[in-house]
Amino acid sequence: MTQHESTYRPTTRAGQWLDERLPAARLMHSSFVDYPTPRNLNYLWTFGGILSFCLGVQIVTGIVLAMHYVPSDKMAFDSIEHIRRNVNFGWLIRNVHAVGASMFFIAVYIHIARGLYYGSYKAPREVLWILGVIIYLLMMAAGFMGYTLPWGQMSFWGVTVITNLFSAIPFVGQSIVKWLWGGYAVSGVTLNRFFSLHYLLPFVIAGVVVLHIWALHVVGQNNPTGIEIKTRADTVPMTPYATMKDFVGLSVFILFFSWFVFFAPDYLGHADNYIEANPLSTPPHIVPEWYYLPFYAILRAIPSKLGGVVAMFSAILILAFVPWLDTSRVKSTKYRPVYRYFFWFFIFSVLALGYLGGKPPEGAYVYWARFFTAYYFLHFLVVMPIVGVLETPRPMPRSISEAVLGGAGGTPHGATAAPERR
Amino acid sequence: MISAGAFAAVGAAATLWPLIQQMNPDASTQALASTEIDLKPIQEGQAITVIWRGKPVFIRNRTPDEIKKAADTPLADLVDASARNDALPEKAPATDLNRTKKGKENWLVMVGICTHLGCIPKGQSLSDSKGDYGGWFCPCHGSHYDTAGRIRKGPAPRNLEVPPYEFVSDTTIKIG
Repeated sequence: MTQHESTYRPTTRAGQWLDERLPAARLMHSSFVDYPTPRNLNYLWTFGGILSFCLGVQIVTGIVLAMHYVPSDKMAFDSIEHIRRNVNFGWLIRNVHAVGASMFFIAVYIHIARGLYYGSYKAPREVLWILGVIIYLLMMAAGFMGYTLPWGQMSFWGVTVITNLFSAIPFVGQSIVKWLWGGYAVSGVTLNRFFSLHYLLPFVIAGVVVLHIWALHVVGQNNPTGIEIKTRADTVPMTPYATMKDFVGLSVFILFFSWFVFFAPDYLGHADNYIEANPLSTPPHIVPEWYYLPFYAILRAIPSKLGGVVAMFSAILILAFVPWLDTSRVKSTKYRPVYRYFFWFFIFSVLALGYLGGKPPEGAYVYWARFFTAYYFLHFLVVMPIVGVLETPRPMPRSISEAVLGGAGGTPHGATAAPERR
Repeated sequence: MISAGAFAAVGAAATLWPLIQQMNPDASTQALASTEIDLKPIQEGQAITVIWRGKPVFIRNRTPDEIKKAADTPLADLVDASARNDALPEKAPATDLNRTKKGKENWLVMVGICTHLGCIPKGQSLSDSKGDYGGWFCPCHGSHYDTAGRIRKGPAPRNLEVPPYEFVSDTTIKIG
């Protein structure tokens, strides 16, 4: 059903001329206009579009910020203040970029959670899912390097702690860290290269996003029932139906985004980052940006340096194996009466780890961080494989259109028995 | 065909090397590799922090009590048994003597960077928390170091590193 016949008909002679030589307009038309989308998509499916918007916002604001920012340890901190106070609309552009990073992560977490709930990683969407995990990793790298650039205390010590993670690698760790720093400690040299890479990564992300959308359009979108598209009646054309829904979701998201930009631009950051970096004084309590806190909690929960680093990276990489860890025959958690409780406990665990990652590593906080870290891994390694085999799924509609239209074409006229259900 | 392909592969690898190597510490960074410090103003019980290769170096003039505490610690109580002294082989045991210079045991010179994730431990100024063992305490992730800078408790895996240094006169040292 995804390999649909294009309905693109160029109306002008110039359009026809181009279509015979480079069918770019035809590609756009069949990918985003008459592309068949499941008719039951809910608002959680608007986050793909919202994420594209976020990437666009970060690239546009980032390019103009780079026109005023100076990537040097002497000037970086002052140039950010210069942007906020002197540059025309600098306060706005800078706030959109800084808040935009947080918004990007809020959207990506909702997007990932949606994929996990509706089984969007299951066959045939494994490659699509893995491309998503790669984008997420690139986002984390871009976000981390971007947070370095203001060269405040949290920037400096965040870089120190995170780059030191690599020193846990046996034998070559110290050399790798020295190579990353370009010196014997974090310095202006490090800042300069991070600026270069921070400028590069969004374009790499954009490239992988193209692959992600390509893979999506090969296998088709998942939907809240997790049932594949069977007939044309299960679908609506992407434009106007899905695009207009995307615009509604995006509008609400922009309201939320704007509230932070205009009323609480620093709420999601850390006050210590308005103190210029000082290599001789560590802030008493180093925390990363909020979107890394669950992984930071996992790092600190393990009482060994190498073990903590391995656990932290595994927590992200394990996502790539989810398509094969989940043994259920049913995609959507909507029809999984047992798994859904585990799913929501998993979400709770991640939120709890996020809370604990922002607390000092002592007393009860360490105990609970260990508890939720254990569940984080158990969920993927034990719950997903075992519950999938043992659980009896709920009866499912036979098609997307039946789910939407309430059994349209359900019981045939004069039939004596209910239609068979699986 | 095979030789052309192999030639191209070797060429590509050789071109890559400068692009990777450029990220290592440059000549000007390596040139700043040694520094001299006058120890005269540091009274007994005081400590100073100096910069060497962009890293903080702790220099503490230890009290006889602190030296005794460090020297009396049985090696079996240590987390990391290696002296971590750049002047000594890796296998040298982490005794108090191996972490200082003979006849100058009151001077403890170490890189002031926590061996866990690189924060700077507290304990240099008199008002700082010095941890459970009277030496240094890293507030980031809770590592406790003793009066010889050896890790005793917390996630850090190694003792604080003793950099290469020598006494150029009775009251002056050269680090690096």
